[in-house]
Amino acid sequence: MKKLLMATAALAIGATSAFAETKIGMITTLSGGGAGLGIDVRDGFMLAIGQSGRDDIEVVIEDDQQKPDIAVQLADKMVQSERVDILTGIIWSNLAMAVIPSVTAQGKFYLSPNAGPSALAGQGCHQNYFNVAWQNDNLHEAAGAYATSAGFSNTFILAPNYPAGQDALTGFKRMFKGELAGEVYTQLGQTDYAAEIAQIRASGADSVFFFLPGGMGISFLKQYADSGVDLPVVGPAFSFDQGILQAVGDAALGVVNTSQWNKDIDNPTNAAFVESFQAEYGRLPSLYASQGFDTANLILSALEKAEVSDADAFREALRAADFDSTRGAFKFGPNHHPIQTIYAREVIKEGDVFTNKIIGTALENHGDVYAADCKM
Amino acid sequence: MSTLLIIEQVLNGLQFGVMLFLMAAGLTLIFGVMGLINLAHGSLYMIGAFAAAAVAGATGSFVLALGAALAVAAIAGALIEMTVIRRLYGKAHLDQVLATFALILIFSEGTRWLFGSFPLFLDISDYLSGPVTLPGGIQYPLYRLTLIAVGLLVGLGLWLLIERTRIGIQIRAGENDREMIAALGVDIRLLYTLVFAIGAALAGLAGALVGAIQSVQVGMGEPVLILAFVVIVIGGIGSIKGAFIGALLVGLTDTLGGIFLPELFKLFMEPGAATQTGSALASMAIYILMSLVLIWRPTGLFGARA
Repeated sequence: MKKLLMATAALAIGATSAFAETKIGMITTLSGGGAGLGIDVRDGFMLAIGQSGRDDIEVVIEDDQQKPDIAVQLADKMVQSERVDILTGIIWSNLAMAVIPSVTAQGKFYLSPNAGPSALAGQGCHQNYFNVAWQNDNLHEAAGAYATSAGFSNTFILAPNYPAGQDALTGFKRMFKGELAGEVYTQLGQTDYAAEIAQIRASGADSVFFFLPGGMGISFLKQYADSGVDLPVVGPAFSFDQGILQAVGDAALGVVNTSQWNKDIDNPTNAAFVESFQAEYGRLPSLYASQGFDTANLILSALEKAEVSDADAFREALRAADFDSTRGAFKFGPNHHPIQTIYAREVIKEGDVFTNKIIGTALENHGDVYAADCKM
Repeated sequence: MSTLLIIEQVLNGLQFGVMLFLMAAGLTLIFGVMGLINLAHGSLYMIGAFAAAAVAGATGSFVLALGAALAVAAIAGALIEMTVIRRLYGKAHLDQVLATFALILIFSEGTRWLFGSFPLFLDISDYLSGPVTLPGGIQYPLYRLTLIAVGLLVGLGLWLLIERTRIGIQIRAGENDREMIAALGVDIRLLYTLVFAIGAALAGLAGALVGAIQSVQVGMGEPVLILAFVVIVIGGIGSIKGAFIGALLVGLTDTLGGIFLPELFKLFMEPGAATQTGSALASMAIYILMSLVLIWRPTGLFGARA
């Protein structure tokens, strides 16, 4: 932590130097129930900036408190008074929908380290908007594909009622070949799932798919494990990321989840990332941290080639995605969303620590279906 | 939809209701006796959960963890009563709201500073985990049954305390006429601290009990606080009996609404849209209930004040 402070202090000093500096605005969730996600993105991002050794980049970090109105205010402040060149950081799709269209319309670049709502991948795509994580549907499509290949034929699916939750169920259904035993939308931020679990029990399903990021997933899994319903569970990585596995405990063991990243993906960038993240922050990185790290490295790679002020050249440099990703191969599709491999992981226990292990590939070089609607 | 499912959902609603009652009882006592709107009640819930998680982590005992939750929340309650709340009794409600809102921020950031932003681990002990089979073949988690029992016992205990003990008489007297009971020689300051600590302890107990099946994290208290306010408005401010009935009504409405409304919409809409509209309407159900109750009885079900 001290090292990070010194790095930021160095950055602040750098800000007054004579370099042509780049200013990056990060709006992310640092307080409230969703704070773990934003903190991981921020820490991954700052780790990459620190490792680059560049002192001509200034990062302004603000907390959106997971509230769309606050995020919009912060975006206005960053564009108008801080005069940032690039924005990034938003975790939640409903906040992303409130901020991204307006900042890209003002000529700024936005690189998403997490949220990838479908509305911004299809007709709403923009030449200055890049998503470094995934289109929202992707991990759920992979879960659908995995559930099909695992032989499940009657699945109960649930997700919170907000843009990413709707994308999740749409994505799962797109790739899942079996029947649905039930389809339920829960409230965003809901903590008690007794009613939904009773419905699962009564539905006669042979498996359960759920998308409940952050604390919602912890609550669901603990209550599910305690309910005596022992149907196999499939989900995207968001309910099984490093930040919350310890809180879920044994209830998550053996659950299969889908992710574009894991700490055991075998490439030198990833190995170095996992090691340096642990050294810097004293905990294992999550997929959110890897997304923050990749986002920063993408920006750095583009800055090597072009100035942000030359928007066309900078955009081309971003599109080339000429950086070493923690996921191995990384490239953008026509709508500036990743085309990437998504893995199936299993929750295991390493010593005292719960973590994930890759057990197979769910979808190879997968893009998204909205790209066809994107005209930029 | 089978009868078994309905019975199970009624149990879920009851369990949710009695946990809300633990929160609402303290809130309504504090408002009824001291005339104080305490927004920081949700923070005491959070403190209880964190104290339980910390003690369970250190000792591995769930019973000790619950004891710690009660004690730490009561002490925290007594401390903030003596340092902050005491200055607010004579003030307008807006001042109270501002000051107690500040307490929420202080407690949230303080907890984050102590424990970090990542959710903590609090597990129920082995002898309470797993499902039991009820008569009729319903499988139901033993822990949730225990929660219902604990909630009902606390409710009974609170009723005995208020109706059958000397302290209860003083509390009821303080509610009606605080000058008179001060004139009769009752130490009103001590009484207020005591009531506040009891309310805080109940919130802390609820936090610890619920934290074991949900996630223990900063900000967990605020959503419950809003529901607890709905409960005391429905039940009538200051009334323990009202808080109890109100909590059960809210718990049942919320749980059953979430199940039956989407089913109802499925009768005349296609399933996907029905689930979305139904869930959206279900989240409003308790507020609709509150408005109906207030139209029928403007002071709440058991409210005495106009």
